Amino acid sequence: MSKTLKQNLWKFLWYLILTSGAITMLIPFFWMVSTSLKDIASVFTYPPQWIPKPVVWRNYIDVCRAFPFFRFYLNSFIVAVSQTIGVLLTSSLAAYAFARLNFPGRDKIFLLYLSTLMVPGAVVMIPTFILMRIIGWVDTYKALIIPGIFSVYGTFMLRQFFLSLPTSLEESAKIDGCSKLGIYRHVIIPLSKPALATLATITFVGSWNNFMWPLIMINSMEKKTLPIGLASFQGLYSTNWPLLMAATVMTMIPSIIIFAFTQRYFIEGIKLTGVKF
Amino acid sequence: MKRIRKDLSGYLFILPGLIGFIFFTLGPTIFSLILSFTKWDILSPIKFVGFSNFIKLLGFHKTPSGIAPNDPHFWYYLWNTIFFMLFIPVSMALSLLMALLFNQKLKGIAVFRIIYFLPTVCSGVAMALLWKWLYNPDFGLINYLLSKIHIQGPNWLSSTKWAKPAIAFMGLWTGLGGFNTVLYLAALQGIPKELYEAAEVDGANAFQKFRYITLPSLTPTTFFILIMSIIGGFQGGFMTAYIMTGGGPAGSTTTIDYYIYNNAYQWLNMGYASAIAWFLFLVIFAITLLTWKYGGRRVKYV
Repeated sequence: MSKTLKQNLWKFLWYLILTSGAITMLIPFFWMVSTSLKDIASVFTYPPQWIPKPVVWRNYIDVCRAFPFFRFYLNSFIVAVSQTIGVLLTSSLAAYAFARLNFPGRDKIFLLYLSTLMVPGAVVMIPTFILMRIIGWVDTYKALIIPGIFSVYGTFMLRQFFLSLPTSLEESAKIDGCSKLGIYRHVIIPLSKPALATLATITFVGSWNNFMWPLIMINSMEKKTLPIGLASFQGLYSTNWPLLMAATVMTMIPSIIIFAFTQRYFIEGIKLTGVKF
Repeated sequence: MKRIRKDLSGYLFILPGLIGFIFFTLGPTIFSLILSFTKWDILSPIKFVGFSNFIKLLGFHKTPSGIAPNDPHFWYYLWNTIFFMLFIPVSMALSLLMALLFNQKLKGIAVFRIIYFLPTVCSGVAMALLWKWLYNPDFGLINYLLSKIHIQGPNWLSSTKWAKPAIAFMGLWTGLGGFNTVLYLAALQGIPKELYEAAEVDGANAFQKFRYITLPSLTPTTFFILIMSIIGGFQGGFMTAYIMTGGGPAGSTTTIDYYIYNNAYQWLNMGYASAIAWFLFLVIFAITLLTWKYGGRRVKYV
């Protein structure tokens, strides 16, 4: 067999595997959209229709009438953006001090940080839940946002990144009379954009998909985030599959839009976590 | 005088983060350890009970028919958690396979990557709800497709036999092009081309190149994914089960994390929940150390 023929055969095989896999990936999504556009009667027909007949756009209107999905978008967005800004700020400030400043007890405090990296979320969540009840923060935005604006992992990751930066720029800034805060703002932060973008993406996505914490904190409909909003929608319309799938589509849309814009950082971020290890 | 000012500025920088660390990480970690030796429902006064939470959790007692665990639920849920973790090697092998495919120089490969990554992007609750519909026994897509090849599909999520495998299968599907595939792909792209060229000169075939170059070069990544999957696996399974099965039928999809959720936030057994959470912590800690010690030796950095 000639070399090019062999190569072409391999190529054909790769495409065959990839395409059949891709179809397996896409069919559930297609089925979801298809169901979301059916009326309740045509869901329960056999064999199932692939293309809904008639197409019922009303389902989406009904979902929005029954549950404040746009409010859920807004809540999820507010929480995720505040946490992302908070984590970037608190982590980068602390990471700068841990990487570059000398103060007594610095390494001991950092070791304390490191020792909590492996503590499971469940351990920390129980006392935090009790604390929220004691200070009366249950069912508030404060409870959703504030415990999540600090990140041990973020501090650790940024410290490692700052340590890898060359010190020459800081030295010359110091000679020019730049303060420590000035060096942080005008030297360290601009040099660290890739690491900050990665941390921002991880934090945003983590917050956006967070499930258990909002579930135990929030009771009011108007304060729910998207995942728990969808969960309670399911509680109410547990067998109305067209409406449930319309709500599911509505939950997925922002994630897909956000991913489309942050795809590069998202992928780079995953790679970075593996390489840093 | 100058030294003191220098000291102060360092503390100012860590202060915001440190306050959060004390209130939302370190403090809760210590407090939950204390809680694990108490019985407390938040409403009535706290009561110290020594090791009795741990005895209830891990202990056994004699019965006329033999020895029985004090909390049989816990052991069942631990088994459920481990059952889901048994799929980690399969999932890793699939991720590697996908990464090898994505690493081929083919036109339009970026489109495939995005398609396979889609389930990872979409919110987990939405994915779980979608699969609940796919698994619907009478009108779901999966049983319809099975009926095409003359197989009568089971009542997936309502069967103690099939609910766990069904959820595990969904996990495999979701992870196919996900995080681990991206990690493997990055590692594959980091292998020096010269290694393959040298092997070709020596007359190595495709399988030999994979076995003696690719696989050893990937061991650090494999090791990383394995540890992260084990840590995640012990803490996983709550959201999916909450949406798809509510932990049922008959507790067959309840994981340790779900049991902690029920104890802490449904039944307000703060002490017992903390004891389970600390047990989880110690198991994760021990297994990570063991994997590190045993696996770390085998990691070869080429």
